[in-house]
Amino acid sequence: MENTDFEVRSLDTICINESALQHKWYHNIKYLVAGVIFGIILVKSEVVSWFRIQEMFRLQSFHMYGVIGSAVVVGMISVFLIKKLKIKTIYGEPIVFHTKKFNKGQIYGGLLFGFGWAMTGACPGPLFAQVGAGATVVAITLLSAIAGTWVYGKIRNKLPH
Amino acid sequence: MSISNPWPWYIAGPLIGLTVPVLLIFGNKFFGISSSLRHICAACLPSKIPFFQYDWKKEIWNLFFILGIFFGGMIAANFFADPNPVVVNPKLATELTQYGITDYSSLVPKDIISWHSLFTVKGILLMVVGGFFVGFGTRYAGGCTSGHAIMGLSTLQWPSLIATICFMAGGFIMANLILPVILRL
Repeated sequence: MENTDFEVRSLDTICINESALQHKWYHNIKYLVAGVIFGIILVKSEVVSWFRIQEMFRLQSFHMYGVIGSAVVVGMISVFLIKKLKIKTIYGEPIVFHTKKFNKGQIYGGLLFGFGWAMTGACPGPLFAQVGAGATVVAITLLSAIAGTWVYGKIRNKLPH
Repeated sequence: MSISNPWPWYIAGPLIGLTVPVLLIFGNKFFGISSSLRHICAACLPSKIPFFQYDWKKEIWNLFFILGIFFGGMIAANFFADPNPVVVNPKLATELTQYGITDYSSLVPKDIISWHSLFTVKGILLMVVGGFFVGFGTRYAGGCTSGHAIMGLSTLQWPSLIATICFMAGGFIMANLILPVILRL
Protein backbone atom coordinates (compact mmCIF):
# COMPACT_ATOMS: atom_id res chain seq x y z
CA MET A 1 0.00 0.00 0.00
CA GLU A 2 1.48 3.31 -0.93
CA ASN A 3 1.51 5.96 1.62
CA THR A 4 0.24 8.76 -0.47
CA ASP A 5 -0.91 11.93 1.12
CA PHE A 6 -4.45 10.71 0.68
CA GLU A 7 -3.55 7.62 2.62
CA VAL A 8 -2.37 9.65 5.61
CA ARG A 9 -5.48 11.74 5.49
CA SER A 10 -7.98 8.93 5.17
CA LEU A 11 -6.63 6.68 7.91
CA ASP A 12 -5.89 9.20 10.56
CA THR A 13 -7.25 12.30 12.01
CA ILE A 14 -4.07 14.12 11.18
CA CYS A 15 -3.03 16.47 8.44
CA ILE A 16 -6.61 16.96 7.40
CA ASN A 17 -7.23 20.49 8.42
CA GLU A 18 -4.15 22.22 7.28
CA SER A 19 -4.54 25.88 7.57
CA ALA A 20 -3.24 28.04 4.78
CA LEU A 21 -2.15 30.44 7.48
CA GLN A 22 1.39 30.36 8.77
CA HIS A 23 1.87 31.13 12.41
CA LYS A 24 4.87 31.71 14.59
CA TRP A 25 5.65 28.85 16.99
CA TYR A 26 4.27 30.65 20.02
CA HIS A 27 0.77 30.34 18.62
CA ASN A 28 1.07 26.74 19.82
CA ILE A 29 1.22 27.89 23.44
CA LYS A 30 -2.58 27.86 23.54
CA TYR A 31 -2.52 24.11 22.88
CA LEU A 32 -0.03 23.71 25.70
CA VAL A 33 -2.41 25.56 28.03
CA ALA A 34 -5.36 23.43 26.84
CA GLY A 35 -3.23 20.35 27.51
CA VAL A 36 -2.36 21.52 31.03
CA ILE A 37 -6.04 22.00 31.88
CA PHE A 38 -6.92 18.65 30.30
CA GLY A 39 -4.14 16.92 32.26
CA ILE A 40 -5.35 18.42 35.54
CA ILE A 41 -8.90 17.22 34.82
CA LEU A 42 -7.64 13.72 34.00
CA VAL A 43 -5.79 13.42 37.29
CA LYS A 44 -8.41 15.10 39.48
CA SER A 45 -11.25 12.97 38.10
CA GLU A 46 -9.13 9.83 38.65
CA VAL A 47 -9.73 8.64 35.08
CA VAL A 48 -5.96 8.12 34.92
CA SER A 49 -6.17 5.70 37.84
CA TRP A 50 -5.44 2.07 36.99
CA PHE A 51 -7.97 1.14 39.67
CA ARG A 52 -10.76 3.17 38.06
CA ILE A 53 -10.12 1.45 34.73
CA GLN A 54 -10.39 -1.95 36.41
CA GLU A 55 -13.73 -0.93 37.95
CA MET A 56 -14.98 0.18 34.55
CA PHE A 57 -14.14 -3.08 32.83
CA ARG A 58 -15.78 -5.05 35.66
CA LEU A 59 -18.93 -2.88 35.65
CA GLN A 60 -18.26 -2.04 39.29
CA SER A 61 -18.57 1.72 39.02
CA PHE A 62 -20.47 4.23 36.95
CA HIS A 63 -17.71 6.84 37.21
CA MET A 64 -15.85 6.20 33.94
CA TYR A 65 -19.06 5.72 31.97
CA GLY A 66 -20.34 9.00 33.38
CA VAL A 67 -17.14 10.82 32.41
CA ILE A 68 -16.91 9.46 28.86
CA GLY A 69 -20.67 9.62 28.29
CA SER A 70 -21.07 13.22 29.43
CA ALA A 71 -17.93 14.22 27.48
CA VAL A 72 -19.47 12.77 24.32
CA VAL A 73 -22.78 14.54 24.95
CA VAL A 74 -21.04 17.90 25.46
CA GLY A 75 -18.86 17.22 22.40
CA MET A 76 -21.92 16.40 20.28
CA ILE A 77 -23.80 19.52 21.35
CA SER A 78 -20.70 21.65 20.68
CA VAL A 79 -20.18 20.21 17.21
CA PHE A 80 -23.88 20.69 16.45
CA LEU A 81 -23.69 24.34 17.52
CA ILE A 82 -20.46 24.96 15.58
CA LYS A 83 -22.15 23.61 12.44
CA LYS A 84 -25.46 25.32 13.04
CA LEU A 85 -24.04 28.73 13.88
CA LYS A 86 -21.16 28.38 11.38
CA ILE A 87 -18.70 29.30 14.11
CA LYS A 88 -15.21 30.09 12.83
CA THR A 89 -11.76 29.60 14.33
CA ILE A 90 -10.12 32.45 16.20
CA TYR A 91 -8.26 33.16 12.95
CA GLY A 92 -11.52 33.54 11.08
CA GLU A 93 -11.26 30.29 9.13
CA PRO A 94 -14.32 28.08 8.69
CA ILE A 95 -14.32 24.90 10.78
CA VAL A 96 -14.32 21.83 8.54
CA PHE A 97 -15.34 18.28 9.45
CA HIS A 98 -14.20 15.11 7.69
CA THR A 99 -15.79 11.69 7.60
CA LYS A 100 -13.84 8.67 8.77
CA LYS A 101 -13.82 5.61 6.56
CA PHE A 102 -14.40 2.19 8.01
CA ASN A 103 -11.62 -0.35 7.81
CA LYS A 104 -11.00 -3.62 9.66
CA GLY A 105 -8.24 -1.96 11.67
CA GLN A 106 -10.91 -0.37 13.81
CA ILE A 107 -11.91 -3.88 14.90
CA TYR A 108 -8.50 -5.61 15.24
CA GLY A 109 -6.67 -2.53 16.43
CA GLY A 110 -9.57 -1.62 18.69
CA LEU A 111 -9.47 -5.00 20.44
CA LEU A 112 -5.69 -4.83 20.86
CA PHE A 113 -5.90 -1.34 22.31
CA GLY A 114 -8.65 -2.58 24.65
CA PHE A 115 -6.26 -5.27 25.94
CA GLY A 116 -3.56 -2.67 26.48
CA TRP A 117 -5.96 -0.25 28.16
CA ALA A 118 -7.00 -2.87 30.75
CA MET A 119 -3.38 -3.97 31.34
CA THR A 120 -1.76 -0.56 31.73
CA GLY A 121 -4.84 1.16 33.12
CA ALA A 122 -4.24 3.99 30.68
CA CYS A 123 -4.91 5.17 27.19
CA PRO A 124 -2.39 7.47 25.47
CA GLY A 125 -3.44 10.74 27.16
CA PRO A 126 -3.37 9.31 30.68
CA LEU A 127 0.09 7.83 30.07
CA PHE A 128 1.50 11.36 29.78
CA ALA A 129 -0.52 12.51 32.80
CA GLN A 130 0.62 9.56 34.93
CA VAL A 131 4.29 10.25 34.21
CA GLY A 132 3.75 13.92 35.02
CA ALA A 133 1.95 13.01 38.24
CA GLY A 134 5.02 11.14 39.40
CA ALA A 135 4.47 7.53 38.33
CA THR A 136 7.83 7.72 36.54
CA VAL A 137 7.96 4.03 35.61
CA VAL A 138 5.04 4.67 33.24
CA ALA A 139 7.66 6.31 30.99
CA ILE A 140 8.59 2.72 30.11
CA THR A 141 4.97 1.97 29.17
CA LEU A 142 4.96 5.14 27.09
CA LEU A 143 8.20 4.20 25.29
CA SER A 144 6.70 0.80 24.60
CA ALA A 145 3.59 2.46 23.18
CA ILE A 146 5.78 4.55 20.87
CA ALA A 147 7.53 1.32 19.84
CA GLY A 148 4.13 -0.26 19.18
CA THR A 149 3.16 2.63 16.93
CA TRP A 150 6.49 2.33 15.12
CA VAL A 151 6.09 -1.41 14.57
CA TYR A 152 2.57 -0.82 13.25
CA GLY A 153 4.00 1.67 10.75
CA LYS A 154 6.66 -0.84 9.77
CA ILE A 155 4.35 -3.80 9.13
CA ARG A 156 1.09 -2.13 8.19
CA ASN A 157 1.31 -3.27 4.55
CA LYS A 158 1.03 -6.84 5.75
CA LEU A 159 -1.93 -6.25 8.08
CA PRO A 160 -5.57 -6.64 7.06
CA HIS A 161 -7.29 -3.30 6.74
CA MET B 1 -15.82 19.77 48.90
CA SER B 2 -12.45 21.30 48.15
CA ILE B 3 -10.53 21.31 44.90
CA SER B 4 -8.30 18.56 46.31
CA ASN B 5 -11.14 16.03 46.50
CA PRO B 6 -11.63 13.80 43.48
CA TRP B 7 -13.87 15.53 40.95
CA PRO B 8 -17.20 13.82 40.19
CA TRP B 9 -17.97 12.58 36.68
CA TYR B 10 -20.54 15.30 36.01
CA ILE B 11 -17.85 17.96 36.44
CA ALA B 12 -14.96 16.17 34.73
CA GLY B 13 -16.89 14.67 31.79
CA PRO B 14 -18.38 17.93 30.46
CA LEU B 15 -15.01 19.70 30.91
CA ILE B 16 -13.30 16.95 28.88
CA GLY B 17 -16.07 17.27 26.27
CA LEU B 18 -15.34 20.99 25.98
CA THR B 19 -11.86 20.13 24.70
CA VAL B 20 -13.56 19.26 21.39
CA PRO B 21 -14.88 22.77 20.57
CA VAL B 22 -11.85 24.47 22.15
CA LEU B 23 -9.43 22.73 19.78
CA LEU B 24 -11.71 23.30 16.79
CA ILE B 25 -12.04 26.99 17.55
CA PHE B 26 -8.32 27.37 18.33
CA GLY B 27 -7.42 26.25 14.83
CA ASN B 28 -9.50 23.48 13.29
CA LYS B 29 -7.75 20.78 15.30
CA PHE B 30 -9.32 17.39 15.83
CA PHE B 31 -9.09 16.13 19.39
CA GLY B 32 -6.92 13.01 19.32
CA ILE B 33 -3.97 12.05 21.45
CA SER B 34 -2.63 8.79 20.00
CA SER B 35 -1.52 10.63 16.84
CA SER B 36 1.18 12.21 18.99
CA LEU B 37 2.86 8.81 19.23
CA ARG B 38 3.02 8.70 15.45
CA HIS B 39 4.45 12.22 15.27
CA ILE B 40 7.13 11.21 17.78
CA CYS B 41 8.05 8.27 15.50
CA ALA B 42 8.04 10.54 12.46
CA ALA B 43 10.24 13.08 14.23
CA CYS B 44 12.68 10.72 15.93
CA LEU B 45 12.89 7.48 14.00
CA PRO B 46 11.17 7.65 10.60
CA SER B 47 13.61 5.01 9.19
CA LYS B 48 12.33 5.51 5.64
CA ILE B 49 9.02 3.90 6.65
CA PRO B 50 6.35 5.42 4.37
CA PHE B 51 3.88 5.70 7.27
CA PHE B 52 6.24 8.16 8.97
CA GLN B 53 7.13 10.19 5.88
CA TYR B 54 5.16 13.37 6.35
CA ASP B 55 5.78 16.82 7.65
CA TRP B 56 5.26 16.20 11.38
CA LYS B 57 6.05 19.84 12.11
CA LYS B 58 2.64 20.72 10.69
CA GLU B 59 1.14 18.68 13.54
CA ILE B 60 3.30 20.18 16.24
CA TRP B 61 0.26 21.54 18.07
CA ASN B 62 -0.43 17.92 19.08
CA LEU B 63 2.99 17.66 20.74
CA PHE B 64 2.39 20.93 22.60
CA PHE B 65 -0.92 19.49 23.78
CA ILE B 66 0.63 16.28 25.18
CA LEU B 67 3.43 18.27 26.80
CA GLY B 68 0.63 20.22 28.46
CA ILE B 69 -0.99 16.99 29.69
CA PHE B 70 2.34 16.02 31.25
CA PHE B 71 2.61 19.38 33.07
CA GLY B 72 -1.06 19.20 34.01
CA GLY B 73 -0.43 15.84 35.68
CA MET B 74 2.51 17.36 37.52
CA ILE B 75 0.52 20.38 38.71
CA ALA B 76 -2.45 18.30 39.86
CA ALA B 77 -0.21 15.89 41.77
CA ASN B 78 1.94 18.55 43.42
CA PHE B 79 -0.42 21.40 44.17
CA PHE B 80 -3.85 19.97 44.77
CA ALA B 81 -3.40 16.29 45.25
CA ASP B 82 -5.94 14.31 47.19
CA PRO B 83 -4.09 13.02 50.26
CA ASN B 84 -6.39 10.02 50.54
CA PRO B 85 -5.99 6.81 48.56
CA VAL B 86 -8.43 6.20 45.70
CA VAL B 87 -11.74 4.71 46.91
CA VAL B 88 -12.73 1.69 44.85
CA ASN B 89 -15.60 -0.75 44.85
CA PRO B 90 -15.06 -3.21 47.75
CA LYS B 91 -15.52 -6.11 45.32
CA LEU B 92 -12.53 -4.91 43.32
CA ALA B 93 -10.48 -4.43 46.49
CA THR B 94 -11.28 -8.00 47.57
CA GLU B 95 -10.24 -9.35 44.18
CA LEU B 96 -7.03 -7.31 44.05
CA THR B 97 -6.02 -8.43 47.55
CA GLN B 98 -5.85 -12.00 46.22
CA TYR B 99 -3.15 -10.85 43.82
CA GLY B 100 -1.23 -9.01 46.52
CA ILE B 101 -2.34 -5.56 45.37
CA THR B 102 -2.97 -3.50 48.49
CA ASP B 103 -1.30 -0.14 47.83
CA TYR B 104 -3.85 2.42 46.60
CA SER B 105 -1.68 5.49 47.18
CA SER B 106 -0.66 6.03 43.54
CA LEU B 107 -2.46 6.28 40.19
CA VAL B 108 -1.01 2.88 39.38
CA PRO B 109 -0.76 -0.08 41.79
CA LYS B 110 2.79 0.22 43.14
CA ASP B 111 2.77 -3.47 44.05
CA ILE B 112 2.94 -4.42 40.39
CA ILE B 113 3.67 -1.26 38.37
CA SER B 114 6.92 0.20 39.71
CA TRP B 115 10.63 0.33 38.84
CA HIS B 116 11.04 -2.42 41.37
CA SER B 117 8.76 -4.80 39.49
CA LEU B 118 9.83 -3.80 35.97
CA PHE B 119 11.99 -6.87 35.54
CA THR B 120 9.44 -9.37 36.80
CA VAL B 121 7.25 -11.37 34.43
CA LYS B 122 4.18 -9.47 35.63
CA GLY B 123 5.91 -6.13 35.25
CA ILE B 124 7.09 -6.83 31.72
CA LEU B 125 3.65 -8.04 30.68
CA LEU B 126 1.77 -5.12 32.22
CA MET B 127 4.11 -2.29 31.30
CA VAL B 128 6.05 -3.37 28.22
CA VAL B 129 3.53 -5.64 26.49
CA GLY B 130 0.56 -3.55 27.66
CA GLY B 131 2.18 -0.37 26.43
CA PHE B 132 2.98 -1.98 23.10
CA PHE B 133 -0.69 -2.97 22.69
CA VAL B 134 -1.74 0.60 23.43
CA GLY B 135 0.56 2.07 20.78
CA PHE B 136 0.05 -0.61 18.15
CA GLY B 137 -3.69 -0.94 18.72
CA THR B 138 -4.52 2.75 18.69
CA ARG B 139 -2.64 3.38 15.46
CA TYR B 140 -4.11 0.27 13.83
CA ALA B 141 -7.57 1.46 14.90
CA GLY B 142 -6.77 5.00 13.77
CA GLY B 143 -7.44 6.61 17.14
CA CYS B 144 -7.86 6.13 20.86
CA THR B 145 -10.39 7.10 23.50
CA SER B 146 -10.06 10.78 22.59
CA GLY B 147 -9.98 10.48 18.79
CA HIS B 148 -12.61 7.78 18.38
CA ALA B 149 -14.74 7.60 21.53
CA ILE B 150 -14.97 11.35 22.17
CA MET B 151 -14.18 13.19 18.91
CA GLY B 152 -15.48 10.46 16.60
CA LEU B 153 -18.76 9.94 18.45
CA SER B 154 -19.24 13.70 18.85
CA THR B 155 -19.17 14.01 15.07
CA LEU B 156 -21.44 10.95 14.67
CA GLN B 157 -18.94 8.77 12.81
CA TRP B 158 -20.06 5.17 12.79
CA PRO B 159 -16.53 3.73 12.30
CA SER B 160 -15.67 5.41 15.61
CA LEU B 161 -18.62 3.68 17.25
CA ILE B 162 -17.29 0.32 16.03
CA ALA B 163 -13.81 1.20 17.29
CA THR B 164 -15.20 2.26 20.68
CA ILE B 165 -17.19 -0.97 21.03
CA CYS B 166 -14.02 -2.93 20.23
CA PHE B 167 -11.97 -0.93 22.78
CA MET B 168 -14.52 -1.85 25.43
CA ALA B 169 -14.77 -5.49 24.28
CA GLY B 170 -10.98 -5.85 24.40
CA GLY B 171 -10.90 -4.26 27.85
CA PHE B 172 -13.64 -6.53 29.21
CA ILE B 173 -11.91 -9.66 27.86
CA MET B 174 -8.54 -8.62 29.27
CA ALA B 175 -9.77 -7.41 32.68
CA ASN B 176 -12.08 -10.35 33.37
CA LEU B 177 -10.48 -13.30 31.62
CA ILE B 178 -6.77 -12.72 30.98
CA LEU B 179 -5.59 -10.21 33.58
CA PRO B 180 -6.61 -12.45 36.54
CA VAL B 181 -4.25 -15.10 35.13
CA ILE B 182 -1.41 -12.58 34.68
CA LEU B 183 -1.89 -11.13 38.15
CA ARG B 184 -1.68 -14.59 39.73
CA LEU B 185 1.76 -15.20 38.17
